[in-house]
Order: sequence, then structure tokens, then C-alpha cells
Amino acid sequence: MALSGLQIFKLLAKTNCKECGFPTCMAFAMQLAAGKTELDKCPYVSDEAKAALGEASAPAVRKVTVGAGDLAVTVGEETVMYRHEKRFENMPGIGVMITDEMDDAQVDGLLGQLKEQQFNYVGRTLRPRVAAVKAADGAALAALAAKVDAGSGAALVLMHDDAGVLQAAAGPLKDKKPLLYAATEANFDAVAGVANELEVPFVIKSDSFDKLAGLGQKALDGGFKEVMLDPASGSLGDVLMDQTLIRRAAIKKTLRALGFPTIGFPCNMTDDKMLEAVYAAVFVAKYAGIVILSDLEPARTLPLLYLGQNIYTDPQKPMQMEQGVYPLNEPGPESPILVTTNFSLTYFTVSSEVEASKVPAWLCIMDVEGQSVLTAWAAGKFVADAIAPFLKKSGIGEKAPHKKVVIPGYVAQISGELEEELGDGWQVQVGVREAADIPKFLRQWSAN
Amino acid sequence: MSFEPPIEQVKGKIREMIVGEATRVGGESTFPFHLWEGGMPNPPVVAMEVYDEPQREWPEAVRKVYEDVMDDPVAWAKKCQDEFGADAIALKLQSTDPNGTDAPPEAAAEIVKNVNSAIDIPLIIYGTGSPEKDTEVLKKIAESLPDDNILIGPVEESNHRQIGAAAMGYKKPVIAFTSMDVNLAKQLNVLLTQLGVPDDKIIIDPTTGALGYGLDYCYSIMERDRLAALAQNDGKMQMPIFNNVAPETWKAKEAKVSEEEEPTFGDVTTRGILWEAVTATSLLLCGSNVLVMRHPEAVKLVRKAIEGLQEQAKEKIAS
Ligand code: SF4
Repeated sequence: MALSGLQIFKLLAKTNCKECGFPTCMAFAMQLAAGKTELDKCPYVSDEAKAALGEASAPAVRKVTVGAGDLAVTVGEETVMYRHEKRFENMPGIGVMITDEMDDAQVDGLLGQLKEQQFNYVGRTLRPRVAAVKAADGAALAALAAKVDAGSGAALVLMHDDAGVLQAAAGPLKDKKPLLYAATEANFDAVAGVANELEVPFVIKSDSFDKLAGLGQKALDGGFKEVMLDPASGSLGDVLMDQTLIRRAAIKKTLRALGFPTIGFPCNMTDDKMLEAVYAAVFVAKYAGIVILSDLEPARTLPLLYLGQNIYTDPQKPMQMEQGVYPLNEPGPESPILVTTNFSLTYFTVSSEVEASKVPAWLCIMDVEGQSVLTAWAAGKFVADAIAPFLKKSGIGEKAPHKKVVIPGYVAQISGELEEELGDGWQVQVGVREAADIPKFLRQWSAN
Repeated sequence: MSFEPPIEQVKGKIREMIVGEATRVGGESTFPFHLWEGGMPNPPVVAMEVYDEPQREWPEAVRKVYEDVMDDPVAWAKKCQDEFGADAIALKLQSTDPNGTDAPPEAAAEIVKNVNSAIDIPLIIYGTGSPEKDTEVLKKIAESLPDDNILIGPVEESNHRQIGAAAMGYKKPVIAFTSMDVNLAKQLNVLLTQLGVPDDKIIIDPTTGALGYGLDYCYSIMERDRLAALAQNDGKMQMPIFNNVAPETWKAKEAKVSEEEEPTFGDVTTRGILWEAVTATSLLLCGSNVLVMRHPEAVKLVRKAIEGLQEQAKEKIAS
């Protein structure tokens, strides 16, 4: 089982060099014991210490990778209950159920979506990555799994109660690291045996916490590291309860037997596809590692993928927009030029008000490391001698040669200085302070 | 192996606010829907939006639902109550916008009166966010409906004295609006209570961020609000939370852009409804007590989520 802080401390360099980010080796050891930091934060751990610390140094929720290649999904490695405490690490993998009861066209449609569906959000690519494959017997499961793999490259979850069937399907695909679903009280040894032989991850499943923790302990005793949990929640309230208690046991009680990521099946909880998406949202917000849907309609996967990104974005690192000139409402050479910072919220509010106004405009977004207008101004980043070179290099002068730029109302004081820095006949106009007033401002704006 | 469920009981409790005749809001003594370890006597309220001016620029998915009642706030409110089963009506006084029609407070008060007498469910009045105008308008409304327990807002730091005084005079609960900051929210609660507004007549509007447009900030602010109220037992944060979900979500490009324009995004109506429902569901999980919503299908989904979240097999953790 886990080592205590003191036991870990004895194995460290004891130089208090602070490179791990903690004031002393002891402080680091305590945090490590609580699963709140990782061993590799200390560069001075000897190999013997590493081996001894292997178990203790694993994050409270272990890391599991399912699949190989572009669509591989890594989940777990979580260390907190609330995202503001640090951050959530690995966004859940969103996937779809594919069974041998579907006809070819249906399967091909899903494979096409797994292969092609992707969305761009604040510079990131979001897409479904997982296929849960279910079939009646070994031959059928092997054939369907091979087809799904060849046709999509998705991370696979292979589903059957019989370890022999799982072996038949997973054997040929073992390099693709499929996830075996599922080991229960009835078949644990057999399924764990297959997982061991093929070196692939597996799920343990039980609707009883006692049994789930018992199986988790058995997995740990057997030396398994890549395990996922399915608490088989019956209702939406159970999803919240089960996911919360598992995460709490892992993080606050350092209960290693439940220190694994979870998988959930909203697809089995309702026949109403809209409600299924809402159920899936609860899994995504509340700690699930893999979430399986009944189809991949983009109008339903898009909100879930965005939700994953929102919940798992690092609260300490504000989401940033890429620096550049954003054309809104198809602007032309006569359209107004607005400049603001690349804090994602600033961009979202300003761009949505500009879009709502229907007035074509050029929105110049300047990189100030994701700070808001006032913060960046106070930090000396959103100031005249930085904005002027940015505007000149942005190429906006060619797109809209009228040489008038609107700055946010909150930095009215820099207008004179910015005019000087820009020179060359540029005029600086002071805009509004609140985004809500942008439409009115733009409707009244004229280049002359 | 016997598993000891890590139950967490909290010291704090959210105050119970009464809106309308007897609709109770808040009152929970546990984290959102943690019914296995505490009480949540009043499930969250789903209020539906009504505007006092037609909203013809709305995305089609919502515009077509209200097309027939857009010119008549009374009919609009009745539709939400009778057809869609709204728990409350949130009347948005768009007509008073100083950058728009700029209708006088008297005219707004007249509309409020008419809507109020046409419905049996609680009424929430929301101004346009112009501090000066909202002050005039909300004061007038409090005055002209002295006996009705309507919830009014937004109250901001800059106008809390004037609106706070009117609210106290006419015993109205208020919506305390701050922009995405735990400390600012607490500070406004302190200012209002120092003025004499009772603790149980304040609801926190933390600024709502829509899915993809600030939900991450809003979600964490609300989690921290509830931690302060429940785990740290901070009396100045134990007010329920109000989320203006609809206007934010229906502004999102992803909720309204047509499939022709974004062919990879899929059906626009499905997407719009889910944008609102997923945003609202996420907010339920971090502590919302009142959700202001727009599309009746999204309302239905969120109601089902509220019901579903209350179904818990507590025997699973009984030892
Ligand atoms: S980096 Fe390692 S040696 Fe240095 S203080 Fe941290 S734990 Fe000690």
C-alpha cells in the first residue's frame, strides 16, 4: 500500500533545493504521499528510490491509456476534487457504442464519423475518439473489432462477459491497447488473466462499492496499473453519487483500490437521445474518464466535447486566442478596426457583440498572455508602445487603409500616446467600456 | 473488502428565499444534489424568459416558438406558464434600455402589473444592466406593486443603496449581480445586508458564462461560492444562486449558426436546445438555484435532469 510522507522523505535527497516547487524535501514528501504531486517533479530521485516509491508516487487517480495512435485516449492522473484547486488533467474520451446488431450502413456511418468528425475550439482539435464494440461471440466480436479498428483507428473498448471471447477479439489487436470490458466478481481472474497476457487495460465493474473496491484491491495485488472502474450507476443521481464517492475515496482517503479512472454508459440509461446528451454532460463534468454514447450526431457531440474542454482547461492559465486580425461580419476596407487583448473571454464577449450588431468590423486581437484589458494595461502589456508595433505588423493597414483604430474605453488614457506611436496620420478613437454598448457604438461609427 | 463511504457533512446551509406566494428557493445543507449526505429541500427553479419587446433577431429555433406572442408580454408569460409549465416568469424589461426604446419607468411598471396579474407563478423582473436606468425602473416597480413578492434585479454595487432601500421598503427580494468574482459577490452581499436588506432576501447572480463562452469561469466561481457557504460556513455567502442562462447560451455562435454555414456542426435546432440544456445542467452541478431559460425543449430536459439527479440508491452506501 501507499507509503507515508516520512517513509518517502527517507528516500529523497534531503537537500531542500526547492526545484520541485516545494520549500523542503519533507513538504514534497507529504504532498507526494497525499497524491497531490508527482515524483518526477524532483530531479534528484535515485533509481532505487524510484522503484521503492513507484506505488506511492502514482497520482491518486492512476493514468490509463486506451488505444494507440492518433485517437489514443489517456485518462486519469487526477489529483483534485475541484478544478480551481489545481486543474483537471485529462479530458474524458467521448465515444460510441457499435454492436453486431447494427447493419453495415450504420456501422460504416459511425466509422466515418469517428474518422472525420472534429471541431476546432480556441485552437484545439476536439473529436470523439472511442468505439465500444459489442458482439455475441468471439468470432463476431473479433471481426467487428477488426473492422472498427481498420475503418476508424478509434480507441477500442471490447465488451463481453466471457474472457475467452475477449481474448479472441483482443489478441490480434493487442498492440492497439484495447480496453477489456469487464471483469466482475464472477470472471475477475479470467479477464485479468487475458489483460495480463496481452498487456492491455481492463475495466472492473460492480454496482456495489464493497465489491468494486475489493476487485480494485485484487487488481493492485496482481500488479495491474491500467484499470478502469464502472460503478454501473442506475440513475443520474447515482452517477453523481458514485463518481463523487469514487473520486473522494481516491483523493481524500488515498484509497488506491478505487484510484482508477471511470467509464460510463449514458447510452444505456435512456432511449431519448437528447436526454442521453444531458446525462453524458453529468459524466463529463463529474469526473468520468470515458463516456459512451449511442451515436455521434455532431449536434450532440459538439456540446459535450466543448464541455470537456471547458471543465478540463487549466484555470491558472486563461484560455488564449491566437494573435491576429479577425474579420467579423465580412468587413471591407471601409470597416472599423477594433483592438483588444487575447483573453478568451474578452474575445468572446467582444466578438459576439460585434456579430450581434451585424456591423462588419476588423477585430485585432493582441497577444498579452491571455490577460483582460485592464490587467494587461496595468502590467504594461497593453500599452501604446506595444499596441502600435502590433497593429503595424498585423497587416490591418492594407486590409482597411482608413487609419482609424478603436481602443477599449477602459484604456482611454493611452489614446494620445498611441496616436504618437502609430504616427503616419493614424487616429485613435476611444470606444466603449462595456461590451454590451458595442452594437450602438458600431452603428454610429463612421470612417469620416 | 468493506468500503467506508467518504461522507462529508457540512456545517453551512443555504438560506431559503421565498419568491411569489410560497415558492421556496435554496435551503440546501449539502453540495448540489449530494442527497446521500445532506438535504436539498427545494429542487432548483426553472424560470422562463419573457421580453416586453419582440425579439425578432433571435435564432430561429427560439423565435418560432414565441412568434405568436412576441408582441404581447402577457400572452407570452401565459404561454410559458400554461403550455410549458414554467416554475416562474423572468420578465426582461428590454423596453427600458437607454440605448434602445428607453421607455419610462411608469410604462415598464404598467407592463409588470399586467403580466403579474395574468400569471399564478412567481415573477422575476430583470432590468437591462444600465445601473442608472435600472434604479429608476426597479424603484418604480417596487412601489407600484407593494404587496407582491416579486424578485427584482440586477442590483449592482453602484446602485445597491437606491434599489436596496426600495426593496426593503416594499419587502422585495433582490438579485445581487457581480461579475465573475467570489470576493465581489461577497462584498455586495455585505453591503446589502449592512444597508438592512435581510439575508434571506438576496440571491447571488455571479454572471453566467455559456458553454464555450466562459462556462469554465462561471462553474469554478460557483463551486467556490458553495464551498465558502457550506464547507467554510460563511454567512455572507449563504444566499442561493441565480443564473441567467438563456441570453448567454443563445448568443453563442454554436447555438445558432446554420448547418449550411457550418456543415460539420449538425442540426441547428438540436444544437441550440442542447447548448442551453447542457449549460444549465452543468450549472445545476455547481450550485444553481434558479435557472432562467428560453427553449421549452431545453426546459423539459433540464427538468428531467433535476428529477434524475434526485434519484439516488442511498442503500448502496448504507452500512
Ligand atoms: S527537488 Fe527533490 S531534493 Fe530538491 S527540495 Fe524538492 S524533493 Fe528535495
